[in-house]
Amino acid sequence: MLSIKNLHVTVDGKEIIRGLELEVKAGEVHAIMGPNGSGKSTLAHVLAGREDYEVTDGQVLYEGRDLLQMPVEDRAREGVFLGFQYPVEIPGVNNTYFLKAALNAGRKHRGLSELDAMDFIKLVKEKMEILHMDESLLQRAVNVGFSGGEKKRNEVFQMAVLEPRLAILDETDSGLDIDALKDVAHGVNALRSGDRAIVLVTHYQRLLNYIVPDFVHILSDGRIIKSGGRELALEVEEEGYSELRRRAAPA
Amino acid sequence: MASAAVDRYLEQFSTFQAELPGHGVDWLDRSRRGALDAFAKTGFPTPRHEDWKYTRVTPIEKRSFRIPERNGIEVQGADLERFGLGALDCEQLVFVNGHYVDALSRRNVSESGVRITTLASAINASSPLLESHLGRLADTTSQPFSALNTAFMSDGAVIHVKGRNGDQRPIHLLFLATSDDMVAHPRTLVVAEAQSRAAVIESYASLTEGCYFTNALTEIALMEGAQLEHYKLQQESPAAFHVATLEARLDSDSRFASHSISFGGQLVRNDINVRIEAEGAACLLNGLFMVGGRQHVDYHTRIDHAKPRGTSEEFYKGILDGRSRGVFNGRVKVHPDAQKTDAHQSNNNLLLSRDAEIDTKPELEIYADDVKCSHGATVGQLDERALFYLRSRGIDEDQARSLLTFGFAREILERVELAPLREKVTDALLERMPNAKQLREMVA
Repeated sequence: MLSIKNLHVTVDGKEIIRGLELEVKAGEVHAIMGPNGSGKSTLAHVLAGREDYEVTDGQVLYEGRDLLQMPVEDRAREGVFLGFQYPVEIPGVNNTYFLKAALNAGRKHRGLSELDAMDFIKLVKEKMEILHMDESLLQRAVNVGFSGGEKKRNEVFQMAVLEPRLAILDETDSGLDIDALKDVAHGVNALRSGDRAIVLVTHYQRLLNYIVPDFVHILSDGRIIKSGGRELALEVEEEGYSELRRRAAPA
Repeated sequence: MASAAVDRYLEQFSTFQAELPGHGVDWLDRSRRGALDAFAKTGFPTPRHEDWKYTRVTPIEKRSFRIPERNGIEVQGADLERFGLGALDCEQLVFVNGHYVDALSRRNVSESGVRITTLASAINASSPLLESHLGRLADTTSQPFSALNTAFMSDGAVIHVKGRNGDQRPIHLLFLATSDDMVAHPRTLVVAEAQSRAAVIESYASLTEGCYFTNALTEIALMEGAQLEHYKLQQESPAAFHVATLEARLDSDSRFASHSISFGGQLVRNDINVRIEAEGAACLLNGLFMVGGRQHVDYHTRIDHAKPRGTSEEFYKGILDGRSRGVFNGRVKVHPDAQKTDAHQSNNNLLLSRDAEIDTKPELEIYADDVKCSHGATVGQLDERALFYLRSRGIDEDQARSLLTFGFAREILERVELAPLREKVTDALLERMPNAKQLREMVA
């Protein structure tokens, strides 16, 4: 589903991603772990289409197509979803209408009919229950005045409604209390399926207790230095990133 | 200061004075003549006047405009539907090229508690209200456009509110322009008696895309405890000149709200002057403009707190695209006598293009020591992070821009209390953006 080859990305003149390789197949859940500054968030944003990040080399194929050539909105409509680490507040834009527009933009793009208000509300209520979200959040402006936890729930809620093929969640666990973490994990797990892939970007392995990944990758200085299964995350927790980095360094 | 332009207006006056309503009525003749003399002395304002520093009226000065004939036949039902307030149960007076047209208006004669007359008929009926109030608030000595209006005013509305029950139907004054190269000087007088309540809407719209000149003047006197909501929706032709002055005087414990929305015109100037003349009066000034192309819009507001315990709140937002130019000058003067005044002002501006420009200047002058006053002004662009966020959910860039722009304006629209009017204004705003139809669904 997603194939990244020799990716190099420069942000503000500094190379952050330096020859990254990653293969993600449908049905898989990958966790990308790494210390601060390793390039995790940059990778997530590049995949979503941040235009001020410069790709200097490499290739990203999404379902066989060149993802990097696609405009931001087309990536979303084709099923790529980024859950933001810092969801943006959008004053004056109602959460419900925003989500309905997003959903229908994707449906239209895929040649499906747009959902009417009734069907949409039905779908939304269903998804809200999974996330234990307060219904009043729907009537508020997007993320405005939301607590940190509410913003993160809102991200996963959007994902649940949009049902992407490839979901990239950027530190969705950061700043969450345990109840919120469980709800968020529940939302992600509900979305796991054979034709969908999920990439979790996280600093801590805590989230992985609730969303068990198929693969874990350690990112350091813009490269994946080690890949493994679930146990690799536990190893990181035990030993810390610097020990792993030392061992991974070429002799 | 003699100039060709001034001479032109003097000449026009001598040609038309006999046709102006009330010709031969002594007080009115004197008032017109006095205003014209003052205009002859001042001429059109120039950038040397501090109040006109950023707005040159040379294009108005250079062009000659004719006084249009009385007609209104070219206005169709569809035009009224578009610019009228069909969804609002209101009195609707329609003026075409400055003249009242009864056949297009919707009047409920049995309306009690409020007396609405056209200016021309009030003059002809020698209404005592006119002699005691008309021209008392306007400054025809040093404000050239107010002087011109007073010399040439031929129609408009006189609204006398007496009802205390608060359920008067709103009054809509619709000024339509249908012909190019004409000038109209609409004049409105609102006198709200003690404890009365009313809502008055002035709309300016056009059925032509051409150039003409509207020079409107509105005087509003609120007696003790009176409450008035005043709305002004300006959607003139993109080539039109629009100058409008509003003068309001607030007696004790009265409440005045002004909502001013400006979309049209190539050169637009709005002066809003509110004088809190007795204790405990409150005013709200709420305003929004959205311009593009080479439009120029200038808002000058002035609030005088002359007596204690008055409150004023002011919220103005500007949206500028293309090579448009905006001016906001918000003056608040707290006089020595006006202790316990509470005055707040904010002006926020959104620049949608690199070539658009805004000059914003809050001016607080405080001569009393026990007051609460604040002001703030901002100029910014659309938030790139918010744009990316919306696009990353599949919303295309144009629509995302429009949504954020609408979001910016929304706070001002939400203060419009009359729901059908709020929808009208919202539609008018959305119509000026790409994807209006989709947007309307999203923000419905």
